[in-house]
Amino acid sequence: MNLSISLTVNGARRDVALSDPRVTLLDLLREHLDLTGTKKGCDRGQCGACTVLVDGRRINSCLALAVSHDGADILTIEGIARGDQLHPVQAAFIAHDGFQCGFCTPGQIMSAIGLIDEAQAGDDPERVRECMSGNLCRCGAYAGITEAVLEAQQTLATVNQRRSA
Amino acid sequence: MKNFEYVRPTTVPEAIAAAAKPGAVYLASGTNLLDLMKGGITRPDRLVDVTRLPGLDRIEHLPDGSLRIGALVRNADLAHDSGFARSYPAVAEALLSGASAQLRNAATVGGNLLQRTRCGYFYDTASACNKRAPGTGCDARGGENRLHAVLGWSEACIATHPSDFCVPLVALDAVVEIEGRGGRREIALEAFYRLPGDTPERENLLEPGDLIVALRLPAEARTFAAHARYLKVRERTSYAFAVVSAAAALRVEAGKIRQARLALGGVAAKPWRARAAEETLAGADPTPAAFRRAAEAALADAKPSGDNLFKIELARRIIVRAFTLAAAGTPARIAALPASPFASVSGALQDA
Repeated sequence: MNLSISLTVNGARRDVALSDPRVTLLDLLREHLDLTGTKKGCDRGQCGACTVLVDGRRINSCLALAVSHDGADILTIEGIARGDQLHPVQAAFIAHDGFQCGFCTPGQIMSAIGLIDEAQAGDDPERVRECMSGNLCRCGAYAGITEAVLEAQQTLATVNQRRSA
Repeated sequence: MKNFEYVRPTTVPEAIAAAAKPGAVYLASGTNLLDLMKGGITRPDRLVDVTRLPGLDRIEHLPDGSLRIGALVRNADLAHDSGFARSYPAVAEALLSGASAQLRNAATVGGNLLQRTRCGYFYDTASACNKRAPGTGCDARGGENRLHAVLGWSEACIATHPSDFCVPLVALDAVVEIEGRGGRREIALEAFYRLPGDTPERENLLEPGDLIVALRLPAEARTFAAHARYLKVRERTSYAFAVVSAAAALRVEAGKIRQARLALGGVAAKPWRARAAEETLAGADPTPAAFRRAAEAALADAKPSGDNLFKIELARRIIVRAFTLAAAGTPARIAALPASPFASVSGALQDA
């Protein structure tokens, strides 16, 4: 079976011919497009390391079939910085020690970007923790992650205010 | 994962024809199906991708006051629809208490109704499981079963239904709309699920090719909006399935309960409607004693299927707590920890 799909990945159109329908979006990114920033942790939707944005929404890419996402717009950790300028969420994770080993970090950051866009948590740390519960961190950097998300949300709100002013 | 044929029909009739063949299953978001396929628990020959079918992603207000939710509406979109959360707060709270934000962004309404049990022996292909492989036995019966069913179970199967969403839906008389080879039909969600009996592999009334196209909440469902809660005890406060949960809803007039609704999660192979409990509350004052009587009625037929006697008393207490919270009034905003009986701040009240 030959399955051809087209995706927009980090702003660029990518055409991929799949020889197997079993390929997940996660494996497509890592194995076919060499975008290994998105991590494969549990591969069963439990750890959140594979979180990417699909059409602007954070999902677990390990539980998404690539072939079902023909035409989708994907944003991964590789696509969020502007050249050498880090995304505000990346900068906040560094400023607040939001990681130790770093394995879960791409998923944490993509999840945080999704969370801020969803605008459900406000400035309540408990709501941030609840909305980040799909991302596990074995190093236990949760305290720093929560601070980073809250600060990045503030930074992005300020940036957006300036833009609209 | 076993290989499969992938097809993506563009109309509902095409989808039904493609899925009516043996070995075919529908794929929506796949958040449960892919997990099952990776583990070899489900081994379909053909996946019929329904995600592009037109018209199934809408939330519609019908002239008779009911609400029609398309099968492809995503869990997060439904929970965060402000009109929906206002009219059916217990359903929104249940949705937000389930899974993680990523999964809720992907998972669909129809898929949620059809998710499979999380019984560890069902998931372990080396174990005997009558649900996964009919006739092989049930390793859960003599195994790790403290989280298993206390109502409606059989010697063949003691698994529970894992959905949170379905619990308030059953309490509110939700109806499932199904398209199949014989046309369209509708079934009350409560009747849609089967108890295990001798055939635990048959979990619902769907026939080959049947496609859930929508879910409907009748007009009466919103009359409980002022007094409706979902409460869920889990082993972690977030991102965990229910040990026991309850959806409790009241219609209160002049300080008296006119009508009560109650359904339980985590206790049976289906979301468990507790009509006997509801009847004890009609006309009663909303007091702890009345809620305890209702709880006794709800669990009257419960019996442990293993090391899970504790779930029966836990369920009674969750019922009392859920009704007490419902009687106090639906909070204006869903709590920071949806459906949690535990306070988010040490020493604070749950809904403070």
